[in-house]
Order: sequence, then structure tokens, then C-alpha cells
Amino acid sequence: MTISNLNLVGTLPLLFLSAWACGLLLVDLWIPGDRKHMTGWMALSGFAITFFWVSSNLGQREEAFGGMLAIDGFSNLLHLVFLGSGILATLLALNYLKQHDIERGEFYPLMLFSVVGMMIMSMAKDLIVVFLALEMLSIPLYVLVGFARTRADSEESALKYFLLGAFSSAFQVYGIALIYGATQATGFAAIGDAVAISGASPLLLAGIGLMLVGLAFKVSAVPLHMWTPDVYQGAPSVVTGFMSVGAKAAGFAAIVRIFFSAFHSLAADWAPVIVLFAVLSTVIGNVAAISQTSIKRMLAFSSIAHAGYVFVAIVPGGYGALSDFAASAVIFYLAAYGLTNIGAWSVVIAVDHADGMGSDISNYAGLARRSPGLAAAMTLFMLSLTGLPPTMGFVAKFYVFRAALAAGYTWLVVVGVVTVLISAYYYLRVIVVMWMNSGDGQVVTPRALNFTVGVTAAATLVLGLLPGPLMAIVESSVRGLF
Amino acid sequence: MLLQELLRDYLPIAILLFVATGMAFAMVALGHLFGPRRDGKAKLMPYESGMTPIGSAVRRMPVRYYLIAVLFVLFDIEVIFLLPWAVVLRKLGLFGLIEMLVFVTILLVGYIYVWKKGALEWE
Repeated sequence: MTISNLNLVGTLPLLFLSAWACGLLLVDLWIPGDRKHMTGWMALSGFAITFFWVSSNLGQREEAFGGMLAIDGFSNLLHLVFLGSGILATLLALNYLKQHDIERGEFYPLMLFSVVGMMIMSMAKDLIVVFLALEMLSIPLYVLVGFARTRADSEESALKYFLLGAFSSAFQVYGIALIYGATQATGFAAIGDAVAISGASPLLLAGIGLMLVGLAFKVSAVPLHMWTPDVYQGAPSVVTGFMSVGAKAAGFAAIVRIFFSAFHSLAADWAPVIVLFAVLSTVIGNVAAISQTSIKRMLAFSSIAHAGYVFVAIVPGGYGALSDFAASAVIFYLAAYGLTNIGAWSVVIAVDHADGMGSDISNYAGLARRSPGLAAAMTLFMLSLTGLPPTMGFVAKFYVFRAALAAGYTWLVVVGVVTVLISAYYYLRVIVVMWMNSGDGQVVTPRALNFTVGVTAAATLVLGLLPGPLMAIVESSVRGLF
Repeated sequence: MLLQELLRDYLPIAILLFVATGMAFAMVALGHLFGPRRDGKAKLMPYESGMTPIGSAVRRMPVRYYLIAVLFVLFDIEVIFLLPWAVVLRKLGLFGLIEMLVFVTILLVGYIYVWKKGALEWE
């Protein structure tokens, strides 16, 4: 490798954010303990600069580091999802950490490092890079999940997440080793060529399966979802909001790139497995969410179900001309889920803090009378998570199901729609409790939280009513990539 | 065909494995057969560098050792990467030098962090 094929210019936003994270870790050492929010604002500005930098150059198509990284519309759009969730979560963290008395400067650099890992994951064109990125995004998350170390359940969830995560990483590495053994390559293009000639061998299929285990764990798909409810409940809620969007989107980015480019010709072999993930996740996630009384656990099971819907969009990826369409559906769904889910978690944070309230769904009784704005936003988020118009969630589900229909998976779409109907029960129950029951307790929300809820609610509504421009951007930047 | 090549490549390792295992068993067996037997209480005690063993092996340790061990592993890895790099430094040229500078700078950030946080102080 030489300097000329590194293409440092193309990866400048990524390098900038990494350097910003390292710098912030040092700067934070000299910031006094009672002014740690300054670190937060600096992290926020790093995220914001990178966000606008990436969004100013969406359509580029380049390679970097000798073909190990791709800089294209797919990675750039997902970068916006990661950076956006980073911005919103940092805004929430500014007050959250202080209120819970866990304000430490390391929180923000860890968040930056994790986002850098996610960004690399969506650019990866080599299995080694996928693994590096996976570790880079996971290790800071393990620490962040246990950040409220004075609470036993935060520590417990960090340990669970760490042990199971390390185990799933081992599966992934073993899978990579087997794939390398079968194809003598780690780059996606070279693997794709080797597979096209040799076809599927047992060694290769075993490798693909093991790698899929590692990635499906990250996106919390059934049957690798066991950790999700405990971790989402025990982790600080800002971290949960962040990781439920970021880590999931990063995992799906890797799955799309690997399966659409490296194992494109093996679609007949992997499509049934993806279909199985989709069906199990949507059915089990939604059915288990019904019986939850804690809103955090309910949202955790809902995030398992949403992973299933993204898998529905991945299924058509093996059908030649449809793979671009499938990739755009995945991006659009992840963006919709990200906006809505972070919004919902900010409402959860607001209600969790209020006097005499908590994270039970019964605590939301009468919220509409006490804080109409918050309740209206939560109503919108619940409608969007269900997939009802006029929200972005509806458009995203429509997009996903249309992709599956085009590939001829009518029965999968029927399963999807039935599970959406099941999910309506528990999402709409929150709305009923908020608007029709009565309760007491005052909810006071800090300004940053109001801003986060406002922005996500407005985006959910506006992009639900006018999805055209965003869809056009997504489709034009992904066209011809896979 | 492939299997034959595989066998030929791994044959020396297989021989080494057999010889090493066989030698270990042979030594124990020969000592048992020909050696004099003088049993005593001292011979059945766990060996602790010639001293009389004190207490159980499972006991509480200061948690500081843990931190030191983790930091040692971290910066030990740095040396593991530096050594092969130093061997081929001339071949890699300026590019390799810059790469290693970036790597060491990132580790330096961690080092400064650890230092300033007081993790290197014993008291």
C-alpha cells in the first residue's frame, strides 16, 4: 500500500471525527468536574461539523485504503443516520447525566469513538475491516451501557452485553476465517469473484452462517435477541436510544454490503435464512411486547420486531435488479426507525425523571392533560412505530413491503402485515393510556429535551407527509451500487 | 491430492507431537520404574519456591494489580507491533514511518489520559 491509493481526502470527515474524539479525550482531562457539559457541547460540535460535511457531498463514489473502504451514497446516507443519532443522544445526555449524578467527561469521547466505528462499518469492503469496525463500535458501547455504575442493573446489563457480545464476536471471527479458507480472500469483490467460480461449498456456507450469527446478534434478531430487553432496560436511557439506532443500523449496513456484493451469487442459499430471521423477529418481538408493563422493555421488544422488518427488505437483495431497491428500502427504514425511536426514548427519559413517575406504562396515564406537547409527540412516535399514516414509519413499512412484493414474497408480506396489526395493540395502548386515563405528577422538561422531541416529531410528520424528496435522494445515491 | 499435500505439510508437526508426548510419558515411567522411593510429608506438599506454603491460593488481592495488568497488556501490544515493523522499516520507507507515527500517537493519547487520571500512581 502506498500513500497514493489511501485516498485520505475522501475519508477526511471520518479522519476528522476520529481526531476530534482523541482530542476531546485529552481536552476533557483539563475541564473541571462541574463543567463537564462543555465536553458535551464540543462533542456536539464535532458531530454537527461532520454531519454537514458528509451531507454536502452525498453523491461521491470513491474507494479508500486500497479498496478496503467504499465512500458512496450508501455509506454517506448511513453516516447521516449515525451522526444524527449521535447529535440527538448527546443533546439528551447533557441534562440526563447531571440529573442522574453520573456526569463524567468520558461519556462524550466514547460516544464519538462508537460513531466512528459505525461509520467505518458502513464503508467496509473487506471482512477484516468489518470485524475491526464491529469491535470499535461495540467496546465503547459496553462501557456506555454500564455508565451508571452506581446502579446495579446498569452494571448487570453491561456485563451481560459484554459477555454475549464478546461471544458473538468470536463467532464472527471464526466465520471470517472459514470464508477466507474457502475463497482465499477477505475483500468483498475478490470473494464475489471466487464464489462465482467455485459456487457454494460446505466450508463457505458454514463461514457465512457463523458470520451472520455475529451480525444478527448486533441487530438483535430472534433467536439472538435474549440480551436486548435486559440491556435496554438497565442501560442509561440516552445510551439505549443511541445504541438501539446506531448499532442496529451499523449491523444492517454490514449485512447489506456483504450479502449484496460478496455473496450475491449465493442468494438462493442465504435468502431462506434471512426470511427465517425476518419471520421469527417480527412474530416473537411483537407478541412478546404485548405483555410488557415497562415501557423500556416494550420498546426493546419493539426494536427486535423492527429488526425483523429490515430483514424483510434485505430478502429481495439477492434478486439482481432489485438489490438497489432493497438497499434504499433498508436505508429509508433505518432513518425512519432512528428518528422515531430516539424521539420515543426522549419522552421516556422525560417521564422517567418526573416526580412520582417512572417507566411503567401506567405512569403515562393522563399525560395528555399535564403536558399536551409531550403526549402529542409520543402519539406521533407510537403511530410511526406501528406504521400508520401520516408518519414516516408508514412510508418506511410501505417501502419495505413493496420491495418484498416485487421479489415475489407475497406470504412474507402477509406475515409482516399481520404482525403490524399485532403491534398496533401495544403501541396504541400507550396512546389510550395517555389520552383517556387520568393520573397526576408534573413533567418538567429541560430545553435540550424539548428540542430533541420537537425535531424528531416534526421530521417524523413532515417526512411522512412528503417522503418524495428524501426517497429520491436515497434512490439516486444508491443506484447502481449493488 | 489435496489431502496428500496436507499430510505431507503437517507430517513434521505430527512427528514432533508424538515424540514430545512419548518422551514425557517415558520420563515419568522410567523414574517410576528405576528411581528410589523415599516418601515423606514434605514431598506431598505443594511446591512454593522451597518455602513452607502459607494459606490458601484463593485469596483477596488489591484491585490495583488488575489496573496495572491491564495497562501492561495494552502497552505491551504496542511493542509487539513495533518489533516486526522495525525489521522491515527500510523496505516500508517513509510510508511505514508515518503509519507507525500515527499508531504511536494514538497510543500516546491513551498514555496521557491514563497518566493524568492517576492510574500510574500506586498510592
